[in-house]
Amino acid sequence: MSALAQRHGGGIIFLSLIVALLLTIVPLPEDLRLLRPDWVLLVLIYWAMALPHRVGVGIGWIMGLINDVLTGMLLGQHALAYCLVIFLTLKLHQRLRLYPLWQQAQSVLVLLALGQLLLLWINGMIGRPIHSWLYWAPSVLGALLWPVLFVLLRGLRRAFRVV
Amino acid sequence: MTVDHRQHHLDALRSSISVGLYPIQFLIDLPSTAGDWLQESFSSRRTLQEENARMHAQRLLLQARLQKFEALEAENLRLRELLDSSFKASDRVLIAELMSVDLDPYRHEVLLNKGKAHKVYVGQPLLDAFGVMGQIVEATPYTATAMLITDPAHAIPVQVNRNGLRSIVVGTGKLQELSLPYIPNSADIQAGDLLVTSGLGGRFPPGYPVAEVVAVTVDPGHAFAQITARPLSHLDRSREVLLVWPPAPRRPAIEPVDAGELDGPGEPGATDTGDAAPTDAAPTDASTEATAETVTDTPAASATPATPAPVETPPSAVEQEE
Repeated sequence: MSALAQRHGGGIIFLSLIVALLLTIVPLPEDLRLLRPDWVLLVLIYWAMALPHRVGVGIGWIMGLINDVLTGMLLGQHALAYCLVIFLTLKLHQRLRLYPLWQQAQSVLVLLALGQLLLLWINGMIGRPIHSWLYWAPSVLGALLWPVLFVLLRGLRRAFRVV
Repeated sequence: MTVDHRQHHLDALRSSISVGLYPIQFLIDLPSTAGDWLQESFSSRRTLQEENARMHAQRLLLQARLQKFEALEAENLRLRELLDSSFKASDRVLIAELMSVDLDPYRHEVLLNKGKAHKVYVGQPLLDAFGVMGQIVEATPYTATAMLITDPAHAIPVQVNRNGLRSIVVGTGKLQELSLPYIPNSADIQAGDLLVTSGLGGRFPPGYPVAEVVAVTVDPGHAFAQITARPLSHLDRSREVLLVWPPAPRRPAIEPVDAGELDGPGEPGATDTGDAAPTDAAPTDASTEATAETVTDTPAASATPATPAPVETPPSAVEQEE
């Protein structure tokens, strides 16, 4: 835990999360809207995996609340899903780090889908069921984009020495 | 989550978070606003002149029509006085702009750039130049979220302009389609009929166009006819929209029921007379529909030509008062 003594590059984490939030609401053509991956969760998973002592369930919860307000969803819906996913990521982070990229992407797919399942469940409970199989597309797309995102964020982390 | 869904204690928290997030929304909206601005600044003199001329012509046309309208309004007022019914002043409006920001793709909701600071309130009707667009479901200090009439959780009380037949228009989740689930097979309605707001439910002011009936399918096997309509407002194209303050003092509105509670088109039991159930315009679930029926404001019903309803509809309490 010597890393705690010298925290560095918190701004980069913050910035990456802000960019993820921007990507969450940037207007897309009607057909692509349904495919938009959950950028915030992807970025959170990366940071939780790479720096588990910096990004944890608390930050996941806050980002979830912000995401709820930003997209006009029930307050706490994303927060709960993000908490669960980040908790699992923290539990698995040592194993995840060792996987090759494609295998990591698979695990991320499971994590993303789990988060979406929770959201689907909550939406169903408040009377807004979603019947389309396309609902799961963002998870798949997110997992496909994971290698790119991982390399990108790792580059950022190394370049700015975020520890 | 339950607290947010059932009650409204968390609105303040949501408002304050959203104020903090306004810069993000503003940033995303910036390119399109800047694009508009650039287009305006760089458009040639000639284009501007042409546009100006066109607008002059249009204004002339509208003014001519308005003259007639004023005469008609005066006449209407006079006749109303004769009938001893309440006069409806014209509505106060405010122009708002949609922010080009994407919300949940499975809901038909849009973000407006006006909020509580401009006296926008939850439940406020939203129009564009062509018809009713939806209503405000959430107001924060600088922005407001509006639910469009095509959202599957939205319902709006309407009236057929031709004969006064009342019904409810429900969203389907498709941008170009609305449905009228509670019209009996024998009712007098046909493709091409204009549907206007009836004002029942007290949320939407009466007399604004909502939709045009596209198809009526009568299947003797079903209790109700399957009717689809097309919204008249340009839901996916309008950028400028109108927020309306209806003039009449609002009765304590039924709590804006959360959008999620409409589970399906409702059971047949709640809509025994089919077209005669004036529910609240808010998305309500079937159980509150029955209560909403008893508290609709009465003067609204006399706004549009109220010819006797078709034979199979028992006259509702509203009509007996006239």
